[in-house]
Amino acid sequence: MKPESKSAVTASGVTKSFGVGDSRTVALKGTDFHAAEGELHLVVGPSGCGKTTLLSVVAGTLKWDAGDIQVLGTKLNGLSPSEITAFRGEHIGFIFQQFNLIPTLSCVENVSVPLLLNGTKRAAAERKAAELLELVGLGDKGRKRPTELSGGQQQRVAIARALSHEPRLLICDEPTSALDSETGHQIMDLLSTAARSPGRCVIIVTHDPRIYGYADRITAMEDGRLKHVLAGDPLKQFVQSHR
Amino acid sequence: MFHLALKMLMGDRAKYIMLVGGLTFSALLMTQQTAVFQGLLSWTTSHLRNMRAPLWVVEAHVDYANETKPLRDTDVNRVRSVKGVDFAVPMYQGILKARAFDGSDKQVMIIGLHGATLFGRPPQMLAGNLETLRLPNTVVIDELGVQRLSAGRKKPIGLGDTFEINDREARVVGICRTERHFFGYPYVFTSYDQALQYAPRQRKMLSLILASPKPGVTPAEAARRISAETGLKAYTSDEFAKVTVAYIWKNTGIPMSFMTTIILGFIVGVAVSGQTFYSFVLENLRHLGALKAMGASTWTLARMLLLQAFTAGFIGYGMGVGITAAFGYAVLPGGQPPFVLEASSLIRTAVAIVVICFFAALLGIRKVAKLEPAVVFRG
Ligand SMILES: Nc1ncnc2c1ncn2[C@@H]1O[C@H](COP(=O)(O)OP(=O)(O)OP(=O)(O)O)[C@@H](O)[C@H]1O
Ligand SMILES: [Mg+2]
Repeated sequence: MKPESKSAVTASGVTKSFGVGDSRTVALKGTDFHAAEGELHLVVGPSGCGKTTLLSVVAGTLKWDAGDIQVLGTKLNGLSPSEITAFRGEHIGFIFQQFNLIPTLSCVENVSVPLLLNGTKRAAAERKAAELLELVGLGDKGRKRPTELSGGQQQRVAIARALSHEPRLLICDEPTSALDSETGHQIMDLLSTAARSPGRCVIIVTHDPRIYGYADRITAMEDGRLKHVLAGDPLKQFVQSHR
Repeated sequence: MFHLALKMLMGDRAKYIMLVGGLTFSALLMTQQTAVFQGLLSWTTSHLRNMRAPLWVVEAHVDYANETKPLRDTDVNRVRSVKGVDFAVPMYQGILKARAFDGSDKQVMIIGLHGATLFGRPPQMLAGNLETLRLPNTVVIDELGVQRLSAGRKKPIGLGDTFEINDREARVVGICRTERHFFGYPYVFTSYDQALQYAPRQRKMLSLILASPKPGVTPAEAARRISAETGLKAYTSDEFAKVTVAYIWKNTGIPMSFMTTIILGFIVGVAVSGQTFYSFVLENLRHLGALKAMGASTWTLARMLLLQAFTAGFIGYGMGVGITAAFGYAVLPGGQPPFVLEASSLIRTAVAIVVICFFAALLGIRKVAKLEPAVVFRG
């Protein structure tokens, strides 16, 4: 990582708890988090340590209790719910473990959704969607329904969808864990080539040590807190030790 | 985005068919039952349209058009002497037994018209001449009469043929068209004097008095004067129709049973459509959450749900009303069941369907409004 690279996400002292009374769970206990533009950033840690919660919060999809969050130069603390929704729609792309494609729509239509939500006209949105499907190697599957495709192909459609409106932040929660090892690597190849651009930050939450090698930087979490951040040589050693 | 909302709706075949089916059934039940009810109500006043008299004078305790309580013969003259009354004529009305060719008995509605004027004559003659009623033992029957009294004949009963009313000969000299009477009896028109021959002898034979106001006097004004001066009850044709319908509403179970079916149609619509649409929304909740994460506002999602619900409603309404109209076309020539489809009942059904769709959409919108987009990250 070059030291002069610009910050994409900065979170400091973020807390979040679910429920009240006896059933109260504190998922984030004052977490700090930093990710820069242009990098592919993995967030790792044991199950239940708060990775998904952190991701939901920095993506503006979940309200948090305390702490400051700045995304792409905008302080989320200061935005109203509808402003956050509009901000997400414009600047953030999402990739989910379960793909979350709409089964009654064709692949082209699924990919066109973020463009339509941003006000692009239908014809232009579908043209762009077809291009993106081409980019992820599914140019011939545009008219098909997602359910007619394999898991790996569905995740590629989801990547096309996440990239369609050219967001500057790509948020991915366990994008490979519903896939076999081989397919997982294909998806990671796609994410580390097609999805990357100098101005875009890709954050991937994962459990999956097989994909550690794709990271520019890894944030490790433990019990609702940041444990350590790895880059450069320590990162290489860490990846080696998980081979 | 909205074309995708429609695709999402129609892509779920089973739910879509269920939703549109429920709305169709509901619209059908509401319009069809209203039409039959309106038709039935129109039968209750058909008598008034068959006789077309501006003023109807009846015994003071008569409550509705198809009821008769006999009057004194002298009452005709009392009505004639009321200021503003142009003329008044006696009329006999009664249900008598007629014997068809095959010997079977048929109940008929005998109408005895004032011999000199034949006032209260049926609206349309199909054959023969009404004036011939001035000859003895002659009658004019309606199409239902032809149908009923032809029993046992090779050819339908026609001009010159005879049958018996209370063992007296009746010769058909005319066929007329009438609107069906509420009680379902065929009309047999004859002269007042002849009707008294057919009818069993009673102390008072006059059923009611038909009258007409003098030029320049409104029927309502004349009716008010007759009632005031004679102690009888006088109605204009419209008033009599109104009290008749009001009587049916108040004193019979008919409106209640139709209302029950119509309300049931509404409830079925609300229940089936509301339930189906809600489960459609629940099933799509993950996807709606994903759309929300991707930047769809609650307002955008709400409009998508409204569009989906109202599209189903529009199609269901069209099909329900269409089937009702087809039903109407099928039964109208036969005249049974009665069928009157008014614009107002189409509008009422439309409003009911709008309410149902709005309710169904609202259930979904509430759910979507509370939905945290972060649900899409959960397994
Ligand atoms: N909506 C919720 N309601 C209640 N508790 C929750 C909710 N979401 C998360 N939690 C709790 O918060 C803690 C952190 O959950 P989170 O999903 O962020 O963990 P994670 O690191 O993503 O785990 P995994 O690797 O299993 O996906 C867990 O104890 C979890 O049970
Ligand atoms: Mg998780």
